[in-house]
Amino acid sequence: MGPDTLVIEELTARFGEAVSAEACADAIPTVWTAPERLTEVLKFLKTGLNYPYRTLYDLTAIDERTRQNRPVQANGDFTAIYHLLSMERNGDVRVKAALPGNSLSLPTATGIWKSANWYEREVWDLFGIEFEGHPDPRRILLPHTWKGHPLRKDHPARRTEMGRFVFDEEKQAEEELSLKFRPEDWGMKANSDGTEFMFLNMGPHHTGTHGIMRVLLELDGEEIRDAALDIGYHHRGAEKMGERQSWHTYIPYTDRVDYLGGVLNNFPYVLAVETLAGIDVPDRAKVIRVMLAELFRIMSHLVWFGTFAQDLGQVSPVFFTFNDRERAFGIIEAICGFRMHPAWFRIGGVAADLPKGWDTLVRSFTKYMPSRLREYEKVVLRNSIIKGRTKGLGVLSLDDAIEWGVTGPNLRACGMAWDLRKKRPYSGYDQFEFEVPTAEGGDSYDRVWVRFQEMWQSLKIVEQCLNNMPQGAYKSDHVLATPPRKEKTMKDIETLIDHFLDVSWGPVIPAGEAAFGVEASKGNNTYYLVSDGGTGPYRARIRTPSFPHLQTVPGLCRGLEVADLVAILGSIDFVMGDVDR
Amino acid sequence: MTGVMVPLVTMIAILVSLTTMSAALIWMERRLLALWQDRYGPNRVGPFGLLQVVADMLKIFAKEDWVPPFSDKAVFVLAPAVVMTAALLAFAVVPFTPGVSIADLDIGILFFLAVSSLNIYGIVLAGWSSNSKYSLLGGVRGAAQMLSYEVFMGLSLMGVVMLAGSFNLRDIVEAQRGLWFFVPQLPGLVIFFIAGLAETHRIPFDLPEAENELVAGYHTEYSGMKFGMFFVGEYLGIVLISALITALFFGGWLGPFLPPAVWFVMKTLFFVMLFILLRAALPRPRFGQLMSFSWKLMLPLSLLNVLATGAILLARS
Repeated sequence: MGPDTLVIEELTARFGEAVSAEACADAIPTVWTAPERLTEVLKFLKTGLNYPYRTLYDLTAIDERTRQNRPVQANGDFTAIYHLLSMERNGDVRVKAALPGNSLSLPTATGIWKSANWYEREVWDLFGIEFEGHPDPRRILLPHTWKGHPLRKDHPARRTEMGRFVFDEEKQAEEELSLKFRPEDWGMKANSDGTEFMFLNMGPHHTGTHGIMRVLLELDGEEIRDAALDIGYHHRGAEKMGERQSWHTYIPYTDRVDYLGGVLNNFPYVLAVETLAGIDVPDRAKVIRVMLAELFRIMSHLVWFGTFAQDLGQVSPVFFTFNDRERAFGIIEAICGFRMHPAWFRIGGVAADLPKGWDTLVRSFTKYMPSRLREYEKVVLRNSIIKGRTKGLGVLSLDDAIEWGVTGPNLRACGMAWDLRKKRPYSGYDQFEFEVPTAEGGDSYDRVWVRFQEMWQSLKIVEQCLNNMPQGAYKSDHVLATPPRKEKTMKDIETLIDHFLDVSWGPVIPAGEAAFGVEASKGNNTYYLVSDGGTGPYRARIRTPSFPHLQTVPGLCRGLEVADLVAILGSIDFVMGDVDR
Repeated sequence: MTGVMVPLVTMIAILVSLTTMSAALIWMERRLLALWQDRYGPNRVGPFGLLQVVADMLKIFAKEDWVPPFSDKAVFVLAPAVVMTAALLAFAVVPFTPGVSIADLDIGILFFLAVSSLNIYGIVLAGWSSNSKYSLLGGVRGAAQMLSYEVFMGLSLMGVVMLAGSFNLRDIVEAQRGLWFFVPQLPGLVIFFIAGLAETHRIPFDLPEAENELVAGYHTEYSGMKFGMFFVGEYLGIVLISALITALFFGGWLGPFLPPAVWFVMKTLFFVMLFILLRAALPRPRFGQLMSFSWKLMLPLSLLNVLATGAILLARS
């Protein structure tokens, strides 16, 4: 880790008493500071260090009001958490600030990181914490007419806890009014220098937006002068749901966040819980996890690859890739019994051992795929029209990518070999041989190329899993692993009672906080879990890659044409469930 | 009496067979695309799914004939008719066999070029009268694209005209008895085929209706039979261009053993399939690229072709 642990010393040397450290279960350096000093501390971390923290990785909050086991510094009603990432030192730091209930206000960090914009809007939307000086302080995930801030503990989580819902004419009129497009709300102008612009409302239902998202365009002819994104149509309250699920029963919800990623969503969640609980996972479970994760990476990339070609008007590849994905689904189905959302990982391992004959299935898939991939390369990647439409288009510089919190293939397309599987190997990834493909240009074609090469690497990993699957248990024997062991339940009553409780309520995970990030198909996916020593998370924060990626789009498409916007959106590979959660 | 009846019967027969054929093309395209895309395509209704077209037709006729309240109604209704009429009119000069054609005009090619350009009006009017932004963008794209491709479409045929020494399609076919014109006029064929793709706005030139960008482009607001007319108009266009390629470059009805009509249909269907294959294979370029391709590459090329053909003919004489 090297310079990683130094940050607390560096901060103490600079700020003295104004910062105080907290020890978290995940060993990420965590410091508290007063809201007044926050801007100073953040600026220092971004610019004042030898290995600066250039990425605002995540920004969220916790409602502390009903929390029993909190750190001594958490003396306010709310805590704001800034999770910063330094790729240079391969380290994170968390900066927390306690906020009393009567002044829920912080200085904005939009002046330090551009990416803070959406994150701060989200915190305002879900917690009601204001950010002074924010350029666009509006709701982002919920409708503008929503009352209350849902991630507060006093906001009901279930429909049945709320009053009767009435949608009368008055309410309808109000909702319709709030949907009316006013250019000035989005910082757009109707005309300039005598030119009148056309506003085009792409979405929420549009074939080019890959899900329900609205792109507002200010057009001069077909040239995009300005663009704004309206997200939140896919918001399902995944984080709020976490607070009323048990540790175990939350797993299926995670599947649906990035709905193409399947177990890649289970991965960071169970790893974070295991960090909190101190569970060591047996080798066989680790390799099964890696194999399934890589299969899902291939499947997610196949869907993206087909739809990307479709976005550029090539109608056939999408059928080919979906057929190939179907073959991979055959394996997933045989192992998990489910297809897109297998919820197969368990706290401490996986749900069951591999079925008989799994190796034949996987082997035939790894034999089948290479010729397909070679064909796709010929048909799509080397097609001159595709090249002509994507090369040099939507260029993201490495500095901008780091600034915006871009991770995954989109970052690697800018030339940074940042892959958590290599940088912070989890689940035994250090035992596998694979490369991290990178490109230099950071344009749409490079993003496509990097992702395409990743499929080759994932195939390589799957092959290694196949040839080196260790023997042994598929689940840990740890007392907190779920579901609990059943062998002795019918032998004596005490075990039966324990088993009953462990199944119905689930394990009690020790109080504490842990974040765990994995390399998901779209970028770094991190679950930040807070346990209050209960049977479920006190707070489950999901840091998804698509959210920051989408935030870069308006900057990428200015000055281009509508068709280019579709090509850029296609090359970024986002999933609206992953954006809106 | 027979002097009126024969052309009338021919006209009706051609009209009916053309519309049926272009409707059947919907089935053919879907089955062929499916074949190339590892799918089945429509195979449930009737033998090989052939009656799918009938079912679709029934559905489309039974649909509510809806005109959006915000549109310019008269023009909105007129536009699809223009597209279909223009495509059908152009068939008047196509020589199907030595005996069967509607009009044996001496200015056949010019008539085809003139009538097929009317197509633009249908698209521009549809885009404009729909009063919807996507339609408008589609209409504008359509107008610019078809105007630019029209320019060298005419030029690409001049080589053929020079070789045959006539604008009359029947004469052109007869002139190919020795050698089909695709050999001496290969550049002309390629250019005409590309222009034809653009004229029928098929992939890779389907920018006016690019569904990933413009929803459905100029016909976004259309439904029911009015949409059906755009659809049939598009297929008529494909048949028309294929028939013309056959007549101008591949010797029309000429061929050994089989009756002339069979040769003509077979050749035409081959090019129709080529259209469909292209759709299965190619992506769509950006609008700007399309324009520069037209003006910077195709136009000079077609001029060069005319120049070279003329020079060779002069040298020979």
